Amino acid sequence: MTLLGQFCLWLALIASAWGAGVAFAGRWRTRPELAGTATASTYGVCAALLVAAACLWKGLFAHDFNIEYVAQYTSRNLPEYYVFSAFWAGQKGSLLFWATILSIFGATVQTVTSRRHAELMPYVAGITNVVVAFFILTMLFAANPFERLPFTPEDGRGLNPQLQNPGMTIHPPMLYLGYISITIPFAFAMASLLSKRLDTGWIHAMRKWTILSWLFLSAGITLGMWWAYVELGWGGYWAWDPVENASLLPWLTMTAFLHSVMIQEKRGMLKRWNVGLVVASFLLSIFGTFITRSGIIASVHSFAQGNVGTFFLVFLILITIASSALLYARWPLLEPEAELESLASREAAFLFNNLALVGIAFSVLWGTLFPILSEAVQGTKITVGPPFFNRVNVPLGLFLLALTGIGPLIAWRKASAANLQRQFIVPSVTGLVVAVALLAIGIRDGWALAAWTLAGFVLGTVGQEFWRGIRARVKIHGESVLLAFNHLISRNRRRYGGYIVHVGILTYFVAFAGMAFKVTQEVTLSPGESAELKSPYGHTYRFTHLGVSQYDQLNRWVSAASLDVRKDGVPQGRITSEKRQHKDSFGRNTFEPSTEVGIWSNAREDLYVVYAGSVGGTDRATYAISINPLVMWVWLGAGILIVGGLITMWPGGAVVGSRRRTGVEAGYQTPLTDAAIGSRPEGAGIGS
Amino acid sequence: MKASTRFVIGAAVIVAGVGALIATGVKETGIYFLTPSELLAKTQADPGFHDVGLKVGAKVVPGSVRRDQATRTIDFRVSDGSSEFPVTYTGLVPDTFTDASNIEVIVEGKYGRDGVFHATEVLAKCGSRYESELPKARKA
Repeated sequence: MTLLGQFCLWLALIASAWGAGVAFAGRWRTRPELAGTATASTYGVCAALLVAAACLWKGLFAHDFNIEYVAQYTSRNLPEYYVFSAFWAGQKGSLLFWATILSIFGATVQTVTSRRHAELMPYVAGITNVVVAFFILTMLFAANPFERLPFTPEDGRGLNPQLQNPGMTIHPPMLYLGYISITIPFAFAMASLLSKRLDTGWIHAMRKWTILSWLFLSAGITLGMWWAYVELGWGGYWAWDPVENASLLPWLTMTAFLHSVMIQEKRGMLKRWNVGLVVASFLLSIFGTFITRSGIIASVHSFAQGNVGTFFLVFLILITIASSALLYARWPLLEPEAELESLASREAAFLFNNLALVGIAFSVLWGTLFPILSEAVQGTKITVGPPFFNRVNVPLGLFLLALTGIGPLIAWRKASAANLQRQFIVPSVTGLVVAVALLAIGIRDGWALAAWTLAGFVLGTVGQEFWRGIRARVKIHGESVLLAFNHLISRNRRRYGGYIVHVGILTYFVAFAGMAFKVTQEVTLSPGESAELKSPYGHTYRFTHLGVSQYDQLNRWVSAASLDVRKDGVPQGRITSEKRQHKDSFGRNTFEPSTEVGIWSNAREDLYVVYAGSVGGTDRATYAISINPLVMWVWLGAGILIVGGLITMWPGGAVVGSRRRTGVEAGYQTPLTDAAIGSRPEGAGIGS
Repeated sequence: MKASTRFVIGAAVIVAGVGALIATGVKETGIYFLTPSELLAKTQADPGFHDVGLKVGAKVVPGSVRRDQATRTIDFRVSDGSSEFPVTYTGLVPDTFTDASNIEVIVEGKYGRDGVFHATEVLAKCGSRYESELPKARKA
């Protein structure tokens, strides 16, 4: 199996090299059959890598512990679904996963993209092939998943217990899907520069890919937060760890791109900036992998180190040079077609939004790299932590949140005073009502007040947009409110889907601000003793230690401690947290013990109990107990955001035709009609 | 004034704001990240360093961990191969913290004049956490 896998890696490498070679040599311009082989090479690469991936999965399921990777990440007693997910548990498998998924995307993009863009496609194939080839080369020469051991262990080491969590089986692939799919927009940007087809064609061709990768990133990041929250046991979901930051960086630049690209579509401005953002997003996705894999920055999420980092660094440098040179060469062709007409315009709001997003990205990058930078400049390492990131990003984030509410209210090109007045009253009043209500119930935390007030303002904006749209439909078409709501979204997916995404974002902000009111306590209790915590809502929780029980379960030994919970004296039930020691099938300990946090969640707050160990093996136990307000709204925000994103990219519309053509053409319909409406000077709030 | 000029002014304000936030943020929240040798050298050169909060990245000396679960106090020694000093910490440590096999820790706190590092935070990372040590592999 490993031989076949190995062979397929080489086969894929040759096919991708061929495709890239043909694409960049340029001879295919006059010879259509060559162009055909360039695009067809992506199918070959994809097929070969799928076989290679199947080989690794076969090895995993067959418990072939002679394969180093299988021995490292699985054991005989590991549940089957974790055997499946062990594919991406380690570095080598992750690389294969990455290459395989990218080759699937690379082949898919060749199939689904309209013939209209035929001139771009060989270049797109060339770029995706180069990136795939890089991953294959890294595997073959630095981290081969098919490596065999000089002997066969009786059993494997098993999967890290912290990875034995349903969230962890989907978090890495989700994040990888986000990282990987950025390659497609990058390939289109490069293809448009290479082919000098610099109209908005490439943007239309890849629009859905940008939303897709943004959605994958959003979901991946949130799943990571969820995993950290339930598995790491420190009571929070975001610690500004380098690995977390690395995933946030491309998300920020992609978010900036999703907004600024609308200015290019409608006004022909920001062409250079947009190419720059796509390139930056791609580089940051590779950079993210580089810093997680190279270990150059100390992180609690430690992964394997080795020369894989060097491969990534070299690739990063080469891509930076090549793409900057190409952008520089095409610079004169990317003249803007229009100028900014007024600061009171949608364009200006989007520009400020872009500056804020890029500013946040820059500060996060700066803070993440600061230990390296300071050591290089001053000779001493200086680190910055959560206080730095919060200090810089809380104000910037709130500025961004304000723009989320302002942007949709201002017309394109130039808004009149009357228009501004008409648009801003409802949202501003909503925000004010929220602020007054919060002050009335005694909230005095400045940042939290600002966040919730702005969230109210944004909600007012979105509500007003929906309400006006529905009212117009009811009036004109005589539809019921529900039907009008339905049609409003389905006839204008991009705009209203976008608003729903905004609601998701403001929900995250509401949840983040809630953590300012977190209360926490560490206690050591004998059975019968209890601790009291006052919740931010003014309730008193009483936690009484019931005792510690120990037992064997599945592939682990468990020591569980339970607390009886009373809220204002009313019994709520029993909350349990565990220490687990995982074992292999011979009963030997694998890994260090891990903690299973006890969490009770509702819309107001989470009770979060960590059993930190017993005193000398007795029934006396140490706990960390926290009350975390509004945590559930983070996960809810992610749900809303994903629904909105899916609406935005849902194929179809009113176009008649075969299913595939409908999907492709719909991508053109929306921006064109939007542009037509949005270019009316008083078309405030119309157009996405 | 042209709109683009106004925008440039607005943009400059934002960029300057971000720059100022970063600069003051680094200045006020940045802390030293040292190895035990660097820390000992610095405190010898300038005793004022005993009062400076900083981080030290080092390895836990195997077998040096003493836990008092009742008071939640943990004492251990850290080393970078050439310098070594004791650390005391009260609080919960992550599961990854053991003295089994040369695990790497980052301790934050002050290196007191008593020669003991009083930690306010202990982060542990373990090389074998996600990747195990196995004998040298050969190619397939």
